[in-house]
Amino acid sequence: MLTCDDLIVRQGQFALHAALQIPARARVAVIGPSGGGKSTFLLSLGGFLTPSAGRILWSQRDITDLPPAARPMAMLFQDSNLFPHLTLAQNVALALGPSIRLTPERKALVSDSLARTGLTGMEDRLPRDVSGGQRSRAALARALLQNETFLLLDEPFAALGPALKAEMLDLVHALTTENGTTLLMVTHEPAEAKRIATHTCVVADGQVAPPVETEALFADPTAVLRAYLG
Amino acid sequence: MVVCTGGLRAIHIFGAFSIALILCLTLGPLAAVSSRVETGLRLAPADWSALRFTVTQAALSAFLSVVLAIPVARALARRRFVGRALLVTLLGAPFILPVIVAVLGLLSVFGQAGWLNTILGRIGVPPVAIYGLHGVVLAHVFLNLPLAIRLLLQGWLAIPGERFRLARALGFGPRDIAHHLERPMLREMVPGAFLLIFLICMTSFAVALTLGGGPRATTVELAIYQAFRFEFDLGKAAQLALVQALICGLAGVAVLRASVAQVTVAGLDRGVDWPFRHRGLWADRIWLSMAALFLCLPLLSVVLDGVARLFVLSPEVYRAALWSILVAAGSTALAGGLGLSLALFADRLRGGAAPRLVEGIGLLTLVVSPLVMGTGLFILMFAFVNPTDWALPVTVLVNAVIALPFVLRALIPAVTAIEAAHGRLADALGLAGWGRLRLVLLPRLRRPLGFALGLTAAFSMGDLGVIALFAMPEQGTLPLMVHRLMGAYRVDDAEAAALLLLILSLGAFWIFDRGGRAGADM
Repeated sequence: MLTCDDLIVRQGQFALHAALQIPARARVAVIGPSGGGKSTFLLSLGGFLTPSAGRILWSQRDITDLPPAARPMAMLFQDSNLFPHLTLAQNVALALGPSIRLTPERKALVSDSLARTGLTGMEDRLPRDVSGGQRSRAALARALLQNETFLLLDEPFAALGPALKAEMLDLVHALTTENGTTLLMVTHEPAEAKRIATHTCVVADGQVAPPVETEALFADPTAVLRAYLG
Repeated sequence: MVVCTGGLRAIHIFGAFSIALILCLTLGPLAAVSSRVETGLRLAPADWSALRFTVTQAALSAFLSVVLAIPVARALARRRFVGRALLVTLLGAPFILPVIVAVLGLLSVFGQAGWLNTILGRIGVPPVAIYGLHGVVLAHVFLNLPLAIRLLLQGWLAIPGERFRLARALGFGPRDIAHHLERPMLREMVPGAFLLIFLICMTSFAVALTLGGGPRATTVELAIYQAFRFEFDLGKAAQLALVQALICGLAGVAVLRASVAQVTVAGLDRGVDWPFRHRGLWADRIWLSMAALFLCLPLLSVVLDGVARLFVLSPEVYRAALWSILVAAGSTALAGGLGLSLALFADRLRGGAAPRLVEGIGLLTLVVSPLVMGTGLFILMFAFVNPTDWALPVTVLVNAVIALPFVLRALIPAVTAIEAAHGRLADALGLAGWGRLRLVLLPRLRRPLGFALGLTAAFSMGDLGVIALFAMPEQGTLPLMVHRLMGAYRVDDAEAAALLLLILSLGAFWIFDRGGRAGADM
């Protein structure tokens, strides 16, 4: 259980408030209008923004002040998820620690992770030499190899076409189910939430609503969600 | 941003160490110089005349450079022609051209037996003298005209294209364009360009050393050198060094106030959308040809005159070349280390602290010019060791510190951009300290770092400043050797040694700059 205990994050004039709990192994869609605070919410959970009040707890442990790398979370951003000067294998290897040396054991783990995302044989390519979809897969391969309890996706597939995006979401669905990872993913699309999310959080005007089961939520939308769906 | 504390600590230690070293090498000599001036400043008539000459030649050089740059920059801005890119690249060359090489080239074109006087002699015109005020100003214009042209060209290219389109829509003639578009730009750019070149010419020692001299053409820095080398009068040298620091301080503050535009590395390959194709075409052609000839002929003559004896120089010349390479390697490594430490440190500073750090270091190195630094260091070392034994290490240190502002101007924006683009990902993966430097920053810094180190290496290779104060004949660097060969009237050897120096300087720049570009995935 991940708990946001009256968390408040300020960014200039904007303030985000979150008081909620996320059950382990849930797949949670974070949906809502642009500028409502979706990215701010995920970046705060990931440790990239410092809350001005409140706490984040993971199984009773206070992780509010931990640096990003020390949290039980792997995160993919909207862009820049790979270092452009490192090969796909080197990028993925960074999941195992701050070194790109590929010892036989590390190499096996990296290749396995790349294989699971359909990138067999692409180890030595640079990010600029592969397609956008393949870059997303490599980033996902690294996030999976980090093997954290949580996977946070801040719309990393936004630049992909609809078919590729659906394919990536199915891959995320399959792999998180397989690993028992708790997923939080930002989205604009109700269809995406319905496609893979067990739960959905509506974020609007700096308020993060507690997660509700996706089917139930869309069957009987709250006022905020109705306003967003139009 | 959340940062691993280990990395934070190392960066602060290196940053603080670098700042301390810079302060020691600038304020230390300044304090030493001041402490030698016991009786307060009392300037002799000769010192006053040196001060007057310094200001006069700097003002004349800056004025001529800027005035001549205006038509050339305008022609470059509004004409497209084959070789334009080459000419613009060539305008960057004086940054890495050793001053002594430029002086030799100018001598062989404009000197007593130079091309110009040979031609003038044939048509019965009396020869033009190059030594003294003429020569100093000529050399300073040669070295700074390209800088002025680049600055003003940037000004022309910064006029929005929409304004030229609007001018065309309103049926403006060339005079209206000059009145409404060009003159306002020039009013903004010219004072800054003038001040910058004025300041450069105030502290340019090598030109005064080779082309100046005598009671009517001695700069303050040359007077420091003479007090030091010929009169062995440390007190007088210290007094003059303090004068030099004062006037450079005043000029430096004026430059900072005027917020002079930085010379950009790229982006000069565009042109303005000039509405009148044919008007003034011939005038532009003449200006461009004259500028190209003025800038190319001296270099060409160094190459032509020097190539014959390049491989048959005496062993002491090759030994001097080796010293130069070692000095350049040392100061490049030191400037790179200091620059990187400070750039990483500056990235951690909040608000306007980073630009102020760069400005502060820039101002310090302006106020405490190499000769002032050398004089102060000599006084400091004199109590403990024989300073001439330390000529080369001191040169390495001084050159590294003088080059540092250029290194920082290249590295700090690059580090900021890398942290903005990849910092979060590095944080997410726990890349801090050494790992972050090795895996993220250094690979992505290759281009600006290569460029900055190339500039430093070329500058240090060609430097004829503090080494002239300290060195004994057997430990001279190549620029000093060229100067000695000139003094001994061994012109052929001097030209060959100058060509060798030119090759080493350009080669050093090329190696670092290439190294930064090769395989850099930008």
